[in-house]
Amino acid sequence: MAAKIITITSGKGGVGKTTATANIGAALAKNGNKVACIDADIGLRNLDVVLGLENRIVYDLVDAVEGRCRLRQAMIRDKHIPGLFLIPSAQTRDKTAVSPSDMVRICDELRPDLDWILIDSPAGIERGFRNAIAPADEIIIITNPEISAVRDADRIIGLIEAEEKGPGQLIINRLDFKMVQQKNMISADDVVDLLAIELLGIVPEDKEVIISTNQGVPISTDDSSLAGRAFCNIARRLEGETVPFLDLEGSKGLLKRFTSIFGSGGN
Amino acid sequence: MSNFLDRLFSKQPSSATKAKERLQLVLINDRTAITPKALENLKDDLLEVISRYIEIDSEAVQIDLTRKGRQQRLIADVPIAGPQKRRY
Repeated sequence: MAAKIITITSGKGGVGKTTATANIGAALAKNGNKVACIDADIGLRNLDVVLGLENRIVYDLVDAVEGRCRLRQAMIRDKHIPGLFLIPSAQTRDKTAVSPSDMVRICDELRPDLDWILIDSPAGIERGFRNAIAPADEIIIITNPEISAVRDADRIIGLIEAEEKGPGQLIINRLDFKMVQQKNMISADDVVDLLAIELLGIVPEDKEVIISTNQGVPISTDDSSLAGRAFCNIARRLEGETVPFLDLEGSKGLLKRFTSIFGSGGN
Repeated sequence: MSNFLDRLFSKQPSSATKAKERLQLVLINDRTAITPKALENLKDDLLEVISRYIEIDSEAVQIDLTRKGRQQRLIADVPIAGPQKRRY
């Protein structure tokens, strides 16, 4: 075994890096992989709550880096999703506590025993971002179909190319298909055209994501929701499978299409 | 419903189209670090240099930054004031 290391980053905050890391990690683990998710956002720990593992933290990434524990001790095993592990970030330290070479060392130590290592990058383009991309074999850029998020994604892609880690693959998160139809949201095609990198997945806007995050259970653990299915598809694509993009428009009958045309102004 | 009719009969571009157009310009500026003002200056200088050698139709000159994939290009379309123009 030699894990593939993937960093999830975005530039802008709040576009869904942590949600994506948790859900892709859970989906990969569900497919039988051994996966570690590392929260590289030091001082703003969050991946733990999204995975529902916040009550089980004893040691964190900075403890492991500074030698207060063995790396194994900082790995929290998810009891509900076999094969999924979390290395939480430190909440009380700042981003200078870890360096890019620390991250490379930690990942080298983990690599032989795992299939995948997912690194949740902090927002921004500073030290935390540099830490997160240092050990990456591949980088996923996540964005929303919205001007500021796309602009920041473009900036990040430029930085990644300059580091010769790029160009990376793109996830468009929180696409509201109805708004796209009404021409009030940039379409996935337009985002791909603007950023000109390979598309890895489109995750539709879905209220179920908030509900599952409230419960601390990644939505990709079952594929009954659209967002859950989208994250499962992304995991399968990472594993090398060819999976068509979700047909968010399809399965509409003529009558439904008719009512959706005339209902569109009302809400 | 009124929103829907407004959109149907208005000549205004949709907000998505507007967003894409704005992004196209912003991304070109971000990627090249050339401001619209600097591009204007570049255009003036370029015209001056070319005019030293050939007579050009400076009103019709078009200089734009465009992109192909992640690569930016500076495209200059400089019509030469040809003999047919002199005839008139």
